[in-house]
Amino acid sequence: MKALLVCEVREGKLLDASYELLTFADKLGAEKVAVLVGSDGSVPQFDGRVYLADAATLGEYNPAAHKAAVLAAVEKEQPDVVVLCHSSYGWDLAPRLAAALKAGQVTEIVALVDGGFEVGCCNAKMRRQVRPAGGKAVLTVQAGAFAAAAPQGTPQVERIDVAADGQGLTFGGYEPAEAKAVDLGRAEIIVSAGRGIGKKDNVAVIEALAKAFGGELGASRPVVDAGWVDHSRQVGTTGQTVSPKLYVACGISGAIQHLAGMKKSDFVVAINKDKDAPIGEVADVLVVADVLQFAPVLTAALQK
Amino acid sequence: MKLLVCIKQVPDLESRFKPAADGLWFDDNDLAWRLNEYDEYAVEQAVQLKEQLGGEAELTVLSIGPDRVVEAIKKALAMGADKAVHVQDSAAHQKDPWQIASIIAAYAREQGFDLIFTGMQSQDRGSAQVGVLVAELLGLASATTLVGFSYADGVVQAKRELEGGLKGLVSLRLPALVTCQLGLNTPRYPTLPNIMKAKKKEIRPIPVADLLKEESLAPTTSFYAPARKGGGLVLEGEPSETALKLVNILKEKTAVLR
Repeated sequence: MKALLVCEVREGKLLDASYELLTFADKLGAEKVAVLVGSDGSVPQFDGRVYLADAATLGEYNPAAHKAAVLAAVEKEQPDVVVLCHSSYGWDLAPRLAAALKAGQVTEIVALVDGGFEVGCCNAKMRRQVRPAGGKAVLTVQAGAFAAAAPQGTPQVERIDVAADGQGLTFGGYEPAEAKAVDLGRAEIIVSAGRGIGKKDNVAVIEALAKAFGGELGASRPVVDAGWVDHSRQVGTTGQTVSPKLYVACGISGAIQHLAGMKKSDFVVAINKDKDAPIGEVADVLVVADVLQFAPVLTAALQK
Repeated sequence: MKLLVCIKQVPDLESRFKPAADGLWFDDNDLAWRLNEYDEYAVEQAVQLKEQLGGEAELTVLSIGPDRVVEAIKKALAMGADKAVHVQDSAAHQKDPWQIASIIAAYAREQGFDLIFTGMQSQDRGSAQVGVLVAELLGLASATTLVGFSYADGVVQAKRELEGGLKGLVSLRLPALVTCQLGLNTPRYPTLPNIMKAKKKEIRPIPVADLLKEESLAPTTSFYAPARKGGGLVLEGEPSETALKLVNILKEKTAVLR
């Protein structure tokens, strides 16, 4: 078994998540070969071969050129699986590779089970096993599902030259994240509102609870997208990553992207009507209740 | 300009799921169905573009599935799509993303769409593959995870959502395909007059066998609830008692409450 690991570079730096791919390949028992569009300074450190295409020429986001670079490495190595992070880069590039190779793709793998790949579905409430139908497969791996390997060793670097044709797409650079009005990363207590609060007016109920705890208000993505709470308070993959001493999730079901942003919290309390909600997986205490009824009672209890 | 938006009908994700008899997907009895949330943003963006272009644009909506998906199609029509295609397939849930994409591509190839919109993923399966696969099968430029969109003179200016609040700026020359992320716009609620108008719009049925020529490349082999790690304490009952219990636990187990 051989795995071609597609590493990821952003603003000139290798992303740490690339080291999770090494762990995944070890779990598969696969020989590891890496490929990336980057520079000498962004090559992953491990004892193996690395194919390097030049990001300065190709651009950091140029799917057609990146596809060509990975396919050049596939041609040389003939791997059984091509593995990417399940990230904005990975889920964009993986189907392009799968189409070119006419390979089955498995998205957002959370575990390996007896030779099958386990993935979450139905908002993390259920799991599926997928077994690609022979030949090569293209895989994306959920962030954090496989711990990052320590950088170790010196790779043999081989350069790949491919054309930079963007096929109608031009990358115009990055727009930086908005300045954070609130740095939730430093908060000791965060009380977050989720979709379960029902409507904008009810944000006040959660705010009152946050105040009673002496903490900051946080929110899950749907609440921010609906315009109920400012983006600067969003916890999750596309918001802030937090690690407070206490995290109180109010009416948050626990989508993977939210869990990724708060699972480093020391102590997690979830208040949710649904006993089976995925947030229960990471909660130290799950209060099964309607958050709009329970939060005011808890607020009063804290104020005593 | 010819626009296509691809939509999927999904169950309400607040539902409780149990495996169907075949053990490969969920039992679809007693579920409430709705338009995939990501696709609502796709429909809205397509309708906004049609409005911007005035009379020259035609917007088609396509969905694959059993008869019930017509409800999702009608919603898209009521939001402002002009006509629809229903690819009739009572076993759509057994198809893998490669097959679904090949069905869409087989239809779209004949029609010569200038711009195709999809959600970035479905809420139930979440493979995030179909949109880009369609683009690749048709040889179109594509960009994923859009949270910003504008169009002028044959070029789409898009903003892709990356991690940690960073965004990637991309321009795409038509023909192209984009996949839409939550927060891209504010999807409209269909008004009653538009719901009435939608009833008169054409929904063309096409049997899936006319479009599907591909075998599955990544079949599902089992479907189940995740094993519960447990460990966490579950509190149920009268709110006032539960709240006191919780406060005591927090005093005992954390350093944040005195």
